[in-house]
Amino acid sequence: METPVSREPIAADLFTWPAEEPALVGGRCAECARFTFPLRDGCPYCGATAMARHELDRHGTLWSWTSQGFLPKPPYNGQLADPENFTPWYVGLVEIPGQLRVESLLVDCDQDSLAFGMPMRLVVVPFRREEDGREIVTFAFAPAHTPEESRA
Amino acid sequence: MPDLAIIGVGVHPFGRFPGKSALRIGAEAARLALADAGLRWTDMQFAVGGSFEVDQPDAVVAELGLTGLPFTNVYNGCATAGSALALARQTIRTGDHQLGLVLGLDKHESGAFTADPADYACPPWYGEMGLFLTTKFFGMKINRYMHDHGITHGTLAAVAAKNYRNGGLNPNAHRRKALTPEEILASRMVNYPLTQYMFCSPNEGAAAAVVCSAEVAHRYTDTPIYVRGVATRTRRYGAFEVHTPSAAVDHVPAPTVEAAKAAFEAAGIGPEDVDIAQLQDTDAGAEVIHMAETGLCADGEQDALVAAGATEITGRLPINTDGGLIANGEPVGASGLRQVAELVNQMRRRAGDRQVPKDLRVGMAQLYGAPGVAAVTILTT
Repeated sequence: METPVSREPIAADLFTWPAEEPALVGGRCAECARFTFPLRDGCPYCGATAMARHELDRHGTLWSWTSQGFLPKPPYNGQLADPENFTPWYVGLVEIPGQLRVESLLVDCDQDSLAFGMPMRLVVVPFRREEDGREIVTFAFAPAHTPEESRA
Repeated sequence: MPDLAIIGVGVHPFGRFPGKSALRIGAEAARLALADAGLRWTDMQFAVGGSFEVDQPDAVVAELGLTGLPFTNVYNGCATAGSALALARQTIRTGDHQLGLVLGLDKHESGAFTADPADYACPPWYGEMGLFLTTKFFGMKINRYMHDHGITHGTLAAVAAKNYRNGGLNPNAHRRKALTPEEILASRMVNYPLTQYMFCSPNEGAAAAVVCSAEVAHRYTDTPIYVRGVATRTRRYGAFEVHTPSAAVDHVPAPTVEAAKAAFEAAGIGPEDVDIAQLQDTDAGAEVIHMAETGLCADGEQDALVAAGATEITGRLPINTDGGLIANGEPVGASGLRQVAELVNQMRRRAGDRQVPKDLRVGMAQLYGAPGVAAVTILTT
């Protein structure tokens, strides 16, 4: 069993890691209070360069989704499906109430189990294994099945 | 009185032309437009050119003639033609020139577009995760739209089938084989609910228009088509757009909505006046959504309109009579001028087998693409 520490995030400070309950690292504008993800220099609403690091809430609802029915060309660099025996995965837009809609991979789901408005929670999942053995992880949203998971 | 008139159009066929450069393809479209206007390249006082793959479309002067004219290169993604026409309009409004050529040309490799996410203000991980894909955006957008407004899978298939059928009547189209809605629905699922045959694909082609000051248009033709409004817009905070790692919870209208509003205001007419439209059908769902975003119908009315045949060549509101992007493919720099050329040919009643059998006084062309840019052009007789 690997410890979370040996698993490297796909990008620095994209989500809190290692963490029992990881959160996406976004930004909130000190002038207009709007959110953005990922954190960037300028506010996408008012343009002020006053974005403060802000960890987004870990729970949301599914606003939209689609299947990924083909292996993307580079810059895609993951191992989400076997290139020789491709099976689709799912992506979606998860609405974090009062904050943002975030594009994300969706895991632990299939076409029949996805429903608009269903509760989702942030997870960190294996994304690819480097040739030197390092495991790269990234964020995804998974259905939040229990009342506790969905913070109902 | 409008500022700008179109007095000639030309389209090089859209498709695959191995061994033929983008500039040669573009030069042919330019020559066709010039011939249509009864003019020569040496008559042109200025030119505007747009291309994704060719950094400087002005290099086409090597083919057309080294006349020394001012030639401005314009690139604005899928909305390139809108920006090119807008620049031509401004050039003529200033009085600097009265007569010019607007040209779009491109030659793409097969398959979905790829680029560096950084060039679209997106972080590297967005590309690594496979999220930097236009097709999945269109899948998510129409999936939600269908949920909100009751659009059916059958309507998506019917829209694609119409565009292939219209493409079959267009000698310049790339995909001219009719496909049934059943074949379209049964093709490979690319990004749910969009199947392979519901998508357009990047390819090769060129289109051109000869434009002049509206004041002098009748010197050149009895049937000028006037540009009454042309507007481009980018996305606002809150719009859900291509290549958007996050969007605000409070939704705002898409850039097409705002571009259409501005173009109609400039034209002094409304969407209810439109007799024929060319919409950005990157996929069948995009045509459905853009019908409402441009104001041609209300959200949710598309199912009934499509089922009644309203958007067919013989219908009340013909849309993409030349087969649209689905049948023609998308050479990005040329696509919007293809739309305009089709409107001009229809409004001049010389569209051959696909001529709309009614009076056409107002035409609208709409473009949309990454990373959230739109253009709308209003034409009248």
